[in-house]
Amino acid sequence: MNDIRVNEILETIEMIDKECLDIRTITMGISLLDCADSDIRKSCQKIENKIMRLAKDLVKTGEDISLTYGIPVINKRISVTPISMLLAVSGGDPVEYALTLERCAINLGIDFIGGYSALVQKGFSAGDRALIESIPEALARTEHICASVNIGSTKAGINLDAVKLMGEIVKKAATITKERDSLGAAKLVVLCNAPEDNPFMAGAFHGVGEPDVEIHVGVSGPGVVRAVLAKADKNLPMNEIAELVKKTAFKITRMGQLVIKVASERLNVPAGIIDLSLAPTPARGDSVAEILEEMGLASCGAYGTTACLAMLNDAVKKGGVMAAQSVGGLSGSFIPVSEDAGMIRATRNKTLGLEKLEAMTAVCSVGLDMVIVPGDTSANIIAGVIADEAAIGMVNSKTTAVRIIPAIGKKEGDHVNFGGLLGKGDVMGINMTSNDIFVNRGGRIPSPLQALKN
Amino acid sequence: MKAVITVLGNDRIGILAKMANICADHQINILDVDQTIVDNLFTMTMIVDTEKMEMTLADFAIEMDEEGKRSGLVIKVMHRDIFDSMHRI
Repeated sequence: MNDIRVNEILETIEMIDKECLDIRTITMGISLLDCADSDIRKSCQKIENKIMRLAKDLVKTGEDISLTYGIPVINKRISVTPISMLLAVSGGDPVEYALTLERCAINLGIDFIGGYSALVQKGFSAGDRALIESIPEALARTEHICASVNIGSTKAGINLDAVKLMGEIVKKAATITKERDSLGAAKLVVLCNAPEDNPFMAGAFHGVGEPDVEIHVGVSGPGVVRAVLAKADKNLPMNEIAELVKKTAFKITRMGQLVIKVASERLNVPAGIIDLSLAPTPARGDSVAEILEEMGLASCGAYGTTACLAMLNDAVKKGGVMAAQSVGGLSGSFIPVSEDAGMIRATRNKTLGLEKLEAMTAVCSVGLDMVIVPGDTSANIIAGVIADEAAIGMVNSKTTAVRIIPAIGKKEGDHVNFGGLLGKGDVMGINMTSNDIFVNRGGRIPSPLQALKN
Repeated sequence: MKAVITVLGNDRIGILAKMANICADHQINILDVDQTIVDNLFTMTMIVDTEKMEMTLADFAIEMDEEGKRSGLVIKVMHRDIFDSMHRI
């Protein structure tokens, strides 16, 4: 049929309609470096002017692409220069920046703005500490703002003073939003080796090496991969399963490539990167855990889970990389517990615990994500979790992250519901053995030998 | 610009005629049609040229979605590039 076959048309439609294929986000990265002013009011005004000017057509363009091509574009987002850099120049109350960004998000109809961030992997500079300390209030007083703090890297090592501080900040962000299931902590991520062109929340920010403005696209599609594997013979060897994943990732990413090209042309903004991530949602079938289960595990968390995830993460990259002009961000497979129906089930059945999740983060594309722990988990325990994740990232030269929610007033087994893409889940048990002396030592873990590549 | 219209639903008399009329009303040229019926489920795909259409493809897609809801069918209109990019290198 005019060289596109009917079965190919129907395959694409089935991916979208039944297997939850979507463009998860079109994210506009905007540099705010030229908005810095020693007067915070002027700085905020310049930010608002610039964002409103550059992103005025972002939502409409996303919706138009969605209608014209028949592919859902779920979120329209913005990432900005880490606000700590503007705060370094302006001083003043950092929350003013959060409120300015919130106003932009509401007026533009944007889903999230990321970049209420600080990069402190080697130490704090002007603005960093004040910004970090303001994060709980900023997240409590806004709906659309996401915060992130990079506390380690392969090149710099791990800033343990920042790790300890972030344990306290996560706890505080959860505490002051306890009436809303501690939602504040769900919009805050602590990173090691944070990518500077990531379109996904909560870790998106616009790095200083990026151009003035650019467009990134985050594709998704765990449901499509799961459906392909569900049809595969149970006796197929794993290398052939990897081939199926690669082919599917290729198709999904080609669609992302088309969308970034069209969005870039229509907005007259240069194309940045495609983040080819399998990002699950709580929707039925749109689960990374269920992909692992299709590979032959009775439940995510069974022994073999880390091996299956390693293969999946790698095959997604291999399939996607040829389909996209420029790949970046996190690119791989996410494992956010509360956003993934299969993981929610596995934690409820106790087949998946925090220790296994930590192992999985060594081979997935991000880290411990959307993990809900008891409200009485101490700041130092959270700091310990952050330090361990950062160590995995630092040594393996990969991004790792911690987005952990101490659900204030709740204990293991209780239910928490954040709503929307952030999902829901049960409070998981956590090892509360004291690490106080370690966390209180502070200082830095020096960068590993892996850093000395020159 | 080429687009793909797909229609899914229970088979009955006049679906193809109706779609052809809608296309004619919008100055849309039908290039190719394929239809099958499996277990009474009607599946039709049309490749069309929308060069002379006066509205945007996005607006036409909305109109067809509403038309589908009125007539108990699922009608999708999608820019052809989505299929080319996914299935052709």
